[in-house]
Amino acid sequence: MNITTFIIVSVIKTVLALFVLLTAVAYTVWLERKVVGHMQNRWGPTRVGPFGLLQPLADGVKFLFKEDLTPPHVYKPLYIAAPMIAVVFALTSIAVIPVGNWVTLGGLRIPLQITDVNIGLLIILGVTSLGVYGVALAGWSSNSKYSLLGGLRASAQMISYEISLGLSLVGVLILAGSFSLREIVNAQGGTFWGFIPRWNIFYGGQFIAFFIYLMSAYAETNRIPFDLPEAETELVAGYHTEYSAMKFAMFFMAEYANMITVAAVASLLFLGGWHGPVFGPPLVRALLPVFWFVLRIFGFLFVYIWVRGTLPRFRYDQLMAFGWKFLLPLAIANLVITALVVAIRA
Amino acid sequence: MLHLILFLAFGAVCVAGAVNLLAQRHPINSALSLVVVMGSLAVVYLLLGAEFVAAVQVIVYAGAIMVLFVFVIMLLNAGEEERTKGSKVALLFGVPGMLVGSILIGWVLLARGGGRSVPVGALPGTPKVIGWLLFHDFLLPFEVTSILVLIAIMGAVVLASHPDTEQGKKEG
Repeated sequence: MNITTFIIVSVIKTVLALFVLLTAVAYTVWLERKVVGHMQNRWGPTRVGPFGLLQPLADGVKFLFKEDLTPPHVYKPLYIAAPMIAVVFALTSIAVIPVGNWVTLGGLRIPLQITDVNIGLLIILGVTSLGVYGVALAGWSSNSKYSLLGGLRASAQMISYEISLGLSLVGVLILAGSFSLREIVNAQGGTFWGFIPRWNIFYGGQFIAFFIYLMSAYAETNRIPFDLPEAETELVAGYHTEYSAMKFAMFFMAEYANMITVAAVASLLFLGGWHGPVFGPPLVRALLPVFWFVLRIFGFLFVYIWVRGTLPRFRYDQLMAFGWKFLLPLAIANLVITALVVAIRA
Repeated sequence: MLHLILFLAFGAVCVAGAVNLLAQRHPINSALSLVVVMGSLAVVYLLLGAEFVAAVQVIVYAGAIMVLFVFVIMLLNAGEEERTKGSKVALLFGVPGMLVGSILIGWVLLARGGGRSVPVGALPGTPKVIGWLLFHDFLLPFEVTSILVLIAIMGAVVLASHPDTEQGKKEG
């Protein structure tokens, strides 16, 4: 593949991935409103389009045309930069997430991934850890007590839970022996005892790690039951209290894009990525793995919404105690046991 | 060619960030400039082929330590600093000293290095190589450093706890 084809293919893949991701973000909001609505015995959006399917579009148009207020007391440069930081880092991590195997198109063998790097997982961790700045700076630059408290809570919470999140992934890394997401998924192919898939959640005892990851991920994305940074009853809306129109929408997009990233990483690392039954003609054969992968992400998003419709919010001291005194020791124990088992087997 | 362009671009960003760090009067702007410096350093590491070090640079320095810096600045709600005239000693000895130092380093590198430069990707960069170096060749220094960090953490805990006050007694 020469440099021109490479650039063209990369640009097409990037545009396609961004389009799909942004559409997915919009429709995750729709899904959430619909599912939570039904859980609470309401209909959710029904007016715009069949089943309210055009609601995300209407919302987008509304956000674009709303008056963009800038309160007079804010620190302007950072106030404007904060939502951009949040959304840019939230959308960046899609670049290293593989969605399926290779496709052969017109003699070109193209991986279904924007770029395959051998430290893919580390890049995702790095990019998501930079996303904290968006929230923290939004809280600070708004120059309002609710925003500041929201920003402080968010940064404390995200730093605390990042540790158990990172440690829960190390067990999987020890089993796969690689940081490359593609290799981690490939290591999970096949079955053992004839019928159980060799996904990390079953094989290698990463069951506990999976739940540590899941809980830390909820805290990382500021979702119920860990949505302290935007607790309405205490902080109005938390770090984005002073934001309106498209700037507010950017925080919204960042939150949902982060949810999708977290779901994608969980599927890749614990649930075997795109592995699943593959059959039919070549085109279906190439696209079925993508379908299985998307199905897993959808499942995760559904659980996210389900949890939101079920659980109340934690108290702040409970949140910190849970993260530091329960999840972190559990993650370390899981890591030590996994390392021991791998060392004994080797 | 592409490497050279990227190196020059991110080297310039790095230096600009460092200068801005000193020039800014508000602590939060300085802290964010430091984040920019860390980020561009990570790209320079990446250009050398040290991808693991680059990722760790972003995760640990830009993503964790600097977030804590920003967190503390936010918590203390530090305002803009007053611009002072600065000390005469720093101006008299600092600037010439810095110039002499950088010229010395440049001369040593050019004269002793024989004009050789490190080719791209010449450094051990993969996680496997780094892990082998850390846990095999340099195991003792690595563990000693870990204990040093542990002592520092314990020191911070001791300094932060107030065993005499009412609250400290309650927390034990």
